[in-house]
Amino acid sequence: MRPYTYAAARSVGEALERAGDGSAYLAGGTTLVDLMKLEVVSPAHVVDITAVPLRGIRRGPRGLFIGAMERMADVAGHHLVAEPYPVVAEALRQSASPQIRNMATIGGNLLQRTRCGYFRDPATPCNRREPGSGCPAVDGHNRSHAILGTSDACVATHPSDLAVALTALDARLSLRGAGGERTLRLADFYRLPGGTPHLENELRPGELITGVTVPALPWARRSTYVKVRDRRSYEFALCSAAVAVHVKGGVIREARVAAGGVGTRPWRLPAVEEALRGRPMRTETFEAAVAHAADGARPLARNAFKPALLRRTIVRALVHLAG
Amino acid sequence: MEEQSQDDGVSRRGFLLTSAAAAALAATAENPRPAAAAATAAPAEVVEVALEVNGKARTLALDPRVTLLDALRERLDLTGTKKGCDRGQCGACTVHVDGRRVLSCLTLAAGLGGKAVTTVEGLAEGDRLHPVQRAFVACDGLQCGFCTPGQVMSAVALIEEGHAGSEAEIREYMSGNICRCGAYQQIVQAVRMAKEEA
Repeated sequence: MRPYTYAAARSVGEALERAGDGSAYLAGGTTLVDLMKLEVVSPAHVVDITAVPLRGIRRGPRGLFIGAMERMADVAGHHLVAEPYPVVAEALRQSASPQIRNMATIGGNLLQRTRCGYFRDPATPCNRREPGSGCPAVDGHNRSHAILGTSDACVATHPSDLAVALTALDARLSLRGAGGERTLRLADFYRLPGGTPHLENELRPGELITGVTVPALPWARRSTYVKVRDRRSYEFALCSAAVAVHVKGGVIREARVAAGGVGTRPWRLPAVEEALRGRPMRTETFEAAVAHAADGARPLARNAFKPALLRRTIVRALVHLAG
Repeated sequence: MEEQSQDDGVSRRGFLLTSAAAAALAATAENPRPAAAAATAAPAEVVEVALEVNGKARTLALDPRVTLLDALRERLDLTGTKKGCDRGQCGACTVHVDGRRVLSCLTLAAGLGGKAVTTVEGLAEGDRLHPVQRAFVACDGLQCGFCTPGQVMSAVALIEEGHAGSEAEIREYMSGNICRCGAYQQIVQAVRMAKEEA
């Protein structure tokens, strides 16, 4: 780990003041400390925000607000989350390990970096870590990599399960920086890699995520998160699906579908949602609706199984909700 | 080094510490990297942290890069907490901070002012082992034993969290602790036994 100076902030204002060129915020530490040890990131200054009171899980006029410093385990177990938004609780419970969920925060979860092995290994090139150095994953070990939203410069997946669930629910981020406060749809927060994969999101230098708002969506009580992975627990997704349905009289009125493990960012599937709408809630509908889920996908040498896996993962989630 | 390792009365840990110190000296003499790093970042600073470890107040002056794991092992001589992967992937370093199980390898010690840390050394009351420790002994919940302190700390927390309801739930909520020997069956048995006693 490279040397850095350290300061703990007690308020958002203090945190913003202390942040500067080459600084990094420290929340749960499960990403930052790991990547500093690997020397994938080497901030000159670490601003510890664990004492900054960005807390609270509460229902408001615009939906459910979750403070950015709430820990994954506490959010997963909270009744205001688990009952109205099972997809969020299930995505959190299937993330990482109990120890990590006790540490990692909601804001940090959304900012976690890709698990691409080349990104995590400074001895290899990586356009995301070192712009212009190349992408060995395109022709290398790419079984776990993305098939949607990729570019010749980067094929890394976004690793967060929570972000997939929140994308399906159209969540919004509250951000605070030197220029004041702003909100942004999570779907607009993550960038596609294109030719600049090192620019991962719309966060401005020194800006902090202060909270997440999940819009009120009464029918999201009927929602679920299905995660397919190489081992049953403590593993990132090969493919995942966050699905919510509004069913009346056996007919799907509304649907939300987003996928993880397949895209360079959490991947909303509006075409699948549209194909579900107005159709009976049964397997034939599901099979037909997912037929085009992977349209436009660019499978790589070792992950040609992912388009089919994506379709089946969404169907499994829908079958679960039908049962 | 060979002479030292053959001396009677030199513990394995004492030997390792001596060797590590020698290696560190060699690194500063020959490896230009620390100097190069210092040129690009501010000089190393020292952070003072007052915390409680196993019920005792401790004050440490630390480089801000020091993890809780290294502070416990290298500064407080509490070597029960193990360094497995040091990357948050194996769970061997699991301890409790303010009653919650966390990974000490991904926790910076600098941020722990005012917190209470419990390690595996803090579970027993004198010679009387914690019920989870007794259950691990009774069920043979280990083979080489390296992951055991982390397994025990996780198991204690898991029972307190109320996640020891079924074998499947125990397996899921112990999944952050890897055992390369594969003693999982006995570990699950030990958690069940300890839960019955709790």
